[in-house]
Amino acid sequence: MRRLENGAAHEIPHHFATPRQAYESGKLGMWIFLATEVLLFGGLFAAYAVYRGNHPEIFIYAHRFLDSRLGALNTLILITSSLTMAWAVRSAQLGNRRLLTLLLALTLLGGCAFLGVKVVEYEHKWKHGLLWGKRYRPHPAETAQEHPSAAEVLREAPLGDRTNIPPAAIGPSGLAFSADETRAGHADAEEPRNVQLFFGVYFAMTGLHGLHVVAGLLVIGWVFVRLRGGAYGPSNFEAVDRAGLYWHLVDLIWIFLFPLLYLIH
Amino acid sequence: MNGSTAVADNYLSHGRGFRSWFFTLDHKRIGVMYLASIFFFLILGGFFAMLIRTELLTPGRTIMDADTYNQVFTLHGAVMIFLFIIPGIPAAFGNFVLPVMLGAKDVAFPRLNLLSYHLYVVGAIFSVVSILLGAVDTGWTFYTPYSTTTHTSVVSMTLGAFILGFSSIFTGINFIVTIHRMRPPGMSWNRLPLFLWALYSTAIIQILATPVLGITLLLLIVERLLGIGIFDPALGGDPVLYQHFFWFYSHPAVYIMILPAMGVMSELISVFSRKHIFGYKAIAYSSVAIAVLSFLVWGHHMFTSGQSDLGNMIFSALTFSVAIPSAIKVFNWLATMYKGSIRLDTPMLYALSFLLLFGIGGLTGLFLGALATDVHLHDTYFVVAHFHYTMMGGVLIAFLGAMHYWWPKMFGRMYSEKAGRLAAFLVFVGFNLTFFSQFVMGSQGMPRRYYNYVDRFQSYHVLSTIGAYVLAIAFVVLAGNLIHSLFRGRKAPANPWGSATLEWMCASPPPHDNFAEPPEAGDPYDLEHLVYDESIGGYAPRTAREGA
Repeated sequence: MRRLENGAAHEIPHHFATPRQAYESGKLGMWIFLATEVLLFGGLFAAYAVYRGNHPEIFIYAHRFLDSRLGALNTLILITSSLTMAWAVRSAQLGNRRLLTLLLALTLLGGCAFLGVKVVEYEHKWKHGLLWGKRYRPHPAETAQEHPSAAEVLREAPLGDRTNIPPAAIGPSGLAFSADETRAGHADAEEPRNVQLFFGVYFAMTGLHGLHVVAGLLVIGWVFVRLRGGAYGPSNFEAVDRAGLYWHLVDLIWIFLFPLLYLIH
Repeated sequence: MNGSTAVADNYLSHGRGFRSWFFTLDHKRIGVMYLASIFFFLILGGFFAMLIRTELLTPGRTIMDADTYNQVFTLHGAVMIFLFIIPGIPAAFGNFVLPVMLGAKDVAFPRLNLLSYHLYVVGAIFSVVSILLGAVDTGWTFYTPYSTTTHTSVVSMTLGAFILGFSSIFTGINFIVTIHRMRPPGMSWNRLPLFLWALYSTAIIQILATPVLGITLLLLIVERLLGIGIFDPALGGDPVLYQHFFWFYSHPAVYIMILPAMGVMSELISVFSRKHIFGYKAIAYSSVAIAVLSFLVWGHHMFTSGQSDLGNMIFSALTFSVAIPSAIKVFNWLATMYKGSIRLDTPMLYALSFLLLFGIGGLTGLFLGALATDVHLHDTYFVVAHFHYTMMGGVLIAFLGAMHYWWPKMFGRMYSEKAGRLAAFLVFVGFNLTFFSQFVMGSQGMPRRYYNYVDRFQSYHVLSTIGAYVLAIAFVVLAGNLIHSLFRGRKAPANPWGSATLEWMCASPPPHDNFAEPPEAGDPYDLEHLVYDESIGGYAPRTAREGA
């Protein structure tokens, strides 16, 4: 291990020539890692695009079961926690330990609050059987009562006509309904077919995002624990900086998830 | 030269015992551990291949029943792809050579590097456990809906592949950062050895494509465990979407395999032709071009899956375009050899095999990329032969070439040149016998993955199986030769082949820290200034020899 010329307590690994090289390597590595995270979610965004493109009626119908007020609240919470995180990085750079401690604690609190709201939302879905794939067992009467808006959608337009997959006689077979089926099946339908697809996509996206929030909290928590040893200062704030980058990514993904899932027209 | 000091401290003698290896941060030891693990899985995958070929000697049952056969060909594919050929050259030789080629002490993140190896081990354990729990019988592609309904242990195998993906991503991150930030003085991008250009392009694919495989396999696992329905047609999901996701990774992944092999080729061809590489920039940039194009061709795996005609045409055209940078490389290698003084040492024999076999593999890829012929050839042995010509005739051959090229550097011992050449010759003959017959039977309609077949295909199958046995013998000779060299081999000089890249400037095997001071990097293909020195049995810079 080699010490810096100025005698700071901070050491750089032996295979780097200068602290600057070490810092920039770490930063580049972190950004590349974030790129891999974007692509991990990219698969789910692609699945979302495919299913929404083919079956807009499912998404228009099913998104009414999500509570956009809770979604908005969570968006607010995460954006605020991103602010406190960015501020924390700044205070680490300036060497303000007390402020850094406070801001990291606030960020942790924000992450926990987000997860708390998410638990409330998941519990609601669970209670009403609004789950993914083969677990989708809605209780129509109750949900109609609680979600009059979803019933309204049904009254406004017959949903069967809105699917973008042409009837089997015209388009490729597979997901498509035959022309008769479409008319007969949806004249007095209560809901479009395959609503469980929406909840599959919803739980996959928010679930994976939730796991990333947990991972982010663990990382920030680790940074927080090391605070007591006086680990950070103006010449050594990389860990705070990297944790911050990760947290902003988690935040950013939610900023895309919220409108895509909650605010559909 | 400096033999006594090299023996006193090299990376092999630096620390003893299991822990000093398994928890080492030294990129060279990690590279060697990768090499040993990867070679083990090559042998395991080869063992499954022998079972397949033996079963196919006769129509109907030969040594196993149909269900076992399905499991065996799946294991052959999965082990070879995920445990041998994807990590293959980058993880074993890349890890060992990349920092030394840069004159650096280590990769940028040694801990991440070790973590990548440990993840490889964990992923391998999951894959092997799946064999014990009821080996997967879906084919290595895990296509839905069969993979979500079969009773074999798909979850364990895909979880293994998921973890191996992380291992691959971490290697990629490490290589990109190391090449960006740790080049020595004098090494501009245009003086980067071509092997590193290839590893860099590979790393781009590793970091951008692997996460998509990750989410695909995660969704498959969730599908099996919870029934999320995203790929299940009964629940409104789309199984073809799985194929799109899978090939969005797995087509670029074949370039994760072949690009490092091409990098090895550029080194071997130049060194053993004793000539500066021809068209350095063309080769370097064509690596990057392949990396970019590799992301745009995945749809050619779904020409017969009900993709739209327009989509098919676009993917077909893009598939043809990959041939351009590949051909640029091949012609530049040929131009490098032209009027060179070619030495037929073992690594060069593998390089020459690569040129021929990869040429055949690449050109038959065009047959499959053409829409009309693909409908006929789809899912026949023609496809099997095509990808074995590229993956085995290309990547495995280059892997063996790399192994014989860097072996003296890694272990400080020379192997028997005679046995090495014999093995190379046997590999070449056995390989062609095995797979050329498959081109013929495939074009006549023998479907891939079938347990049974009509009698008129039997002579081709017998030829193919004989070829596989020749390959097995070749591997025994090859492994015996290399292992023998470890104990009885002549001590290797620092630079046995007369290469100008930096790894040959330090002792064989390299000291723990590679270089005390970062060396000054020159042109990595300026071979003129290296001359053979009888007294050390290797090459040395011209000035040093005249001085002595």
